[in-house]
Amino acid sequence: MNGSASIVGVGATEFSKDAGRSETRLAAEAIVAALADAGLTTDDVDGLVSFTVDPVEETELVRSLGIPAVRWSSRIPYGGGGSQGMFQHAAAAVLSGAAETVVVYRACRSRSGKRFGRARVAPEPVSGHSGTTAMQWATPFGVLTPASWMSFESTRYMHETGTTSADFGRAVVQFRAYAATNPAAYFAERPITLDDHQNSRWIAEPAIRLFDCCQETDGAVAMVVTTADRAADTPAPVEIAAAASVALFEEEVASNHYRPDLTRFDGAAAVGESLFRTAGIERSDVDVAMIYDAFTPMFFLQLEALGFCGHGEAKDFVADGHLGPTGDLPCNTNGGLIGEAYIHGMNLTLEAVRQLRGQSPNQLADPHVALVSAGRTGVVLRR
Amino acid sequence: MTEPLRPAPLRTEENDGFWSAAAEGRLAVQRCDACGRWQHPPRAMCPACHATALSFVDVAGTGEVYSWSLLHHPQHPSFSYPVVAVLVTLDEGPRILSNLVGVEPAEVRVGLPVQVTFAPTAEGDVPVFAVRELS
Repeated sequence: MNGSASIVGVGATEFSKDAGRSETRLAAEAIVAALADAGLTTDDVDGLVSFTVDPVEETELVRSLGIPAVRWSSRIPYGGGGSQGMFQHAAAAVLSGAAETVVVYRACRSRSGKRFGRARVAPEPVSGHSGTTAMQWATPFGVLTPASWMSFESTRYMHETGTTSADFGRAVVQFRAYAATNPAAYFAERPITLDDHQNSRWIAEPAIRLFDCCQETDGAVAMVVTTADRAADTPAPVEIAAAASVALFEEEVASNHYRPDLTRFDGAAAVGESLFRTAGIERSDVDVAMIYDAFTPMFFLQLEALGFCGHGEAKDFVADGHLGPTGDLPCNTNGGLIGEAYIHGMNLTLEAVRQLRGQSPNQLADPHVALVSAGRTGVVLRR
Repeated sequence: MTEPLRPAPLRTEENDGFWSAAAEGRLAVQRCDACGRWQHPPRAMCPACHATALSFVDVAGTGEVYSWSLLHHPQHPSFSYPVVAVLVTLDEGPRILSNLVGVEPAEVRVGLPVQVTFAPTAEGDVPVFAVRELS
């Protein structure tokens, strides 16, 4: 793509376990907040992007917001793994001229409504284009939840690399430390020790304990994307230096059971290569990384796939303290999906923007480059 | 105490041959009639040669554990816990998600040789695996 696009506004509702209002209302509230943040109004919006699995009906959303004319809209597949693809779609739209100002949003009631982590046995063939065939192949065998679908690559990874549950736990302790000082986090003021992690119950043994699991959250996040030229007139723009999406043959989201080597996240490696090349940066240029921690093992696989450490070395990278505020790669400074909330990856991008604007609850010293990885999609943001 | 009954698999046009064979007590995996490629999960076309002539062919039913997991929570009344879940690499090549039955959870490990057996659902048997004693 020629030129670049920018995120010019961010907005979110509170993150809770019971929002007490519809996803449509949550989305509308987050969008109004994002537009106000950008100094724009609904009259400026002519494009919309969300997830294929988002429950908000676009017609109802537009009816509530009073957007005069939607000239372009799209939805991204692959669930949370596809989340950062929204910025690729939005950037493509504003740079092609299909739209001028695009709102991206995700609203969910994944705790009070249809719980993400529930055990479900009513199989669905394609589960809303989320990129998983797990339902039909896993349901008769009691493999009923995202944690159980993702436990297989995790166990194999532990087997091949010698990584232990305690190694995973060291990353969680850091995420929970960040969450402890983030007032918006579910685990605000509730840090844990490694013992606490090791004493949390098994969800999927030997890889995933309760404290390795992301939250189930009610809430919404929205952002406003426009061209860098128009962004110059807004108060706090952040450039989308690169946005990438890679879906590899036989690599499924969550139910990744059929790639030859499940201990390597090849799709994330391809996303990383694309991001670094497009943004024209080295790994050492990344000041803060937000990496999709649906379950701790998935964080380890991405850390390695993105090239921040070698295969099987994530345990050492984490133990050396690199994820912390003074480490080589501060990660998930909002507490991540494990510590803050689970708005399907969107709150990771929100924190990346906050860091670059100097608005994080765990503000780093003058970061200029943030990387967000959702595995199959990612962005590099820059100011 | 009777064992809880598993939920029936979801039948689709692409996977019906797999579940129908299992209901007859056979483990059959999709193979391309044209180029002989084994593939699982089954699909509408052979991705190697684009043939649409695909058959479900009986396999030996032997393989080894590629990965495993003991599922403790959340629990559903259709299963006994912990669920011993495995990914098995069949001798013919494809990988298949299933359960290991008749085994102590503490004995499950990568590389364990296994042999197919079958377990009932509300609508026909599905393939599960037992530890194979090497002779």
